[in-house]
Amino acid sequence: MSQQTQAKTFEVEEIRKDFPILKRKVNGYPLVYLDNAATGQTPKQVMDAIVDYYSNYNANIHRGVHALSQEATDKYEQARIKIQKHFNAEKAHEIIFTSGTTHGINLVANGFSSILKEGDEILVSAMEHHSNIVPWQMLCEKTGAKLKVIPMDLKGELVISKFEELLNSKTRLVFLNHVSNALGTVNPIKTIIDKAHSVDAAVLIDGAQAAPHIKADVQELDVDFYVVSGHKMCGPTGVGVLYGKEEWLEKLPPYQGGGEMIATVSFEKTTYAGLPHKFEAGTPNICGGIAFGAAIDYMNKIGFTEIAAYEQELLEYATKKLKEIDGMKIYGEAAEKTAVISFNIDGLHPYDLGTLMDKMGIAVRTGHHCAQPIMDFYKIPGTVRASFSFYNTFNEIDLFIEGVKKAKMMLQ
Amino acid sequence: MTIQEKQQEVVEEFEMFEDWMQRYEYMIELGKSLPLIDEKYKIDENLIKGCQSKVWVHAELEGEKLAFTADSDAIITKGIVAILIRVFSNQHPAEIIEADTKFIDEIGLKEHLSPTRANGLVSMIKQLKMYAVAYQTQLN
Repeated sequence: MSQQTQAKTFEVEEIRKDFPILKRKVNGYPLVYLDNAATGQTPKQVMDAIVDYYSNYNANIHRGVHALSQEATDKYEQARIKIQKHFNAEKAHEIIFTSGTTHGINLVANGFSSILKEGDEILVSAMEHHSNIVPWQMLCEKTGAKLKVIPMDLKGELVISKFEELLNSKTRLVFLNHVSNALGTVNPIKTIIDKAHSVDAAVLIDGAQAAPHIKADVQELDVDFYVVSGHKMCGPTGVGVLYGKEEWLEKLPPYQGGGEMIATVSFEKTTYAGLPHKFEAGTPNICGGIAFGAAIDYMNKIGFTEIAAYEQELLEYATKKLKEIDGMKIYGEAAEKTAVISFNIDGLHPYDLGTLMDKMGIAVRTGHHCAQPIMDFYKIPGTVRASFSFYNTFNEIDLFIEGVKKAKMMLQ
Repeated sequence: MTIQEKQQEVVEEFEMFEDWMQRYEYMIELGKSLPLIDEKYKIDENLIKGCQSKVWVHAELEGEKLAFTADSDAIITKGIVAILIRVFSNQHPAEIIEADTKFIDEIGLKEHLSPTRANGLVSMIKQLKMYAVAYQTQLN
C-alpha cells in the first residue's frame, strides 16, 4: 500500500483543516508537531464551544435561578453525560470533573489516607509518570503503608509473573498507567484488574496517555478508578475527569472543602453533598468541562477505531524509518504500543538533537519525560520522544526523519 | 581585552554566518574542540542543575583575575559554555559582576538564555557571577 492511499482512506488533510495551529511556521519551517503525548492540539469545534460559552451563557452553575445560570448548568451536566457515555460509566455521578489527571490521582490518594493503615501494601508499576508515584509516596508517609514496585523488562513490558508474586492479602490498592507516557506501552490492565480484585485490592488506572488513542470501557474493565486529562484528547488544559465506582466514591472522604460540595453548613456541623458534588468544591472550570465534552464529540465523530488504525500505520512507518538510521536505539518495543517512539542515537545527547530539530520546526520532547525511574532502568539521562496524533501525516514523518538525520550529521 | 571587547569580538564572528545551521555548526565545533574542565572538578558540588543537560563550573583566582573552567554533557550547551568562558574568564571579579549578557541575543542564541529553557545556562551565568562576588570579597 502506498503512503498516499493510506492517508487518503483516513482523509487526514480534511481533518487538518480543523486545526489552525498546524498551518503555523516555526523558525521559518512548517510546524511538524510531534509532542502530542505532552499535549494535543485543539480543533476549531472545541474553540467554538469555548467562544460560545463566553459569548452567550457564561454564568455560575448549580445555584442561580436565572436563565444563564440554568443554561450553563445544563451544558455542563450534558458534558458530564457525554463523558459518562464515552467511558461507558454506569452513572453520570461517577464522573467527577477535576483539573486533570494529577488532580484525580491526588483526590483518590488523599481519600485512601483514611482507609489505609500500617502494614497495608500498595503496588505501583515501574513505568509510571511522577504524578502517579509521588501522591502515593505521600500517602505511604501518612499511613505507614508500604509501596511495592511491579518491575518491567527491557522491551518495556510489565513482568506479570512478578506482579502475581507481589499480590497478597495485604495488598489494598494497585495503580498504574493504561499507556506509558515515555514508552507507549499498552499495559494489560484487564488482567491486572482481575488479579487485583481476586485479593480485594482496588485499582486506579492513569488513562492520560491512553484516552487519546483507546476508548476505555470502565464497566467492561471493572476498574475502580480511571483518570484522564482533557488537553490530551483535543480539549483545553485545566480540565479532566476522575471516574470512580459509586461504592468507592461514597467511601472516600471529600478532598477539598468549599462551596458546591456541601448539603448544610453550620459552625457545629457540615454535611456533605452527594456525588458528584462532594468532590467538586468551589466554582469548577465550567467552560473547560463543556469544551471537554465538545472534544469528546469531535474525536468520536472521527472514530476511535479509525484513529487507532491510522496512528498504528504512522507508528510502524516511523519506527521502520528510524531503525534505518545508524546508532539508533528505540526504548520501549512492547508488542502493543500507542504511537509514541522514545529514542536515542549513540553518543548524542537528546537535548542536542531536540534543540536542532526545533530549529527545523519539528516539535519533539526531550528529557526524562517525568518518568525518571524508567530512565534509571535503562541507565540513560533521557530520550527524544516523538508522539503522533491522528492529524499527523506520512509526509510529516518524512520531514521528522530528515530532521533527525540532519541533526545527527551536524552533531557527529 | 575587556569583557566588552571580547563580547564584540564574538558578535563580529557570528555576523559572518548566514543562517542558523552555520551558527550551530560553529557552536558544535567550539563545544567539541575545547577541553574545558579538569576531570577532578567534574564533581557534584560543581554541578549546576539544569533540567536536561548537566553543566559543571570551576573557578580559580589567578593573581587578581578569575579563571573559569566548565563543561557540559550536551554539545550545544558546551559550545555556549565555551563562549561564556571565553568572554568572562581571566577578568577582574568586579568586571564580571558588572557585565551583562546581551551579546547572547545579538549572536542569535537568545532562546538558550530563556529562564524557562531547561539547559542550566541561566543558572550557570548566575554561578559565574556568584563566584565573582565571592572572590571580590576575598580580594578586598
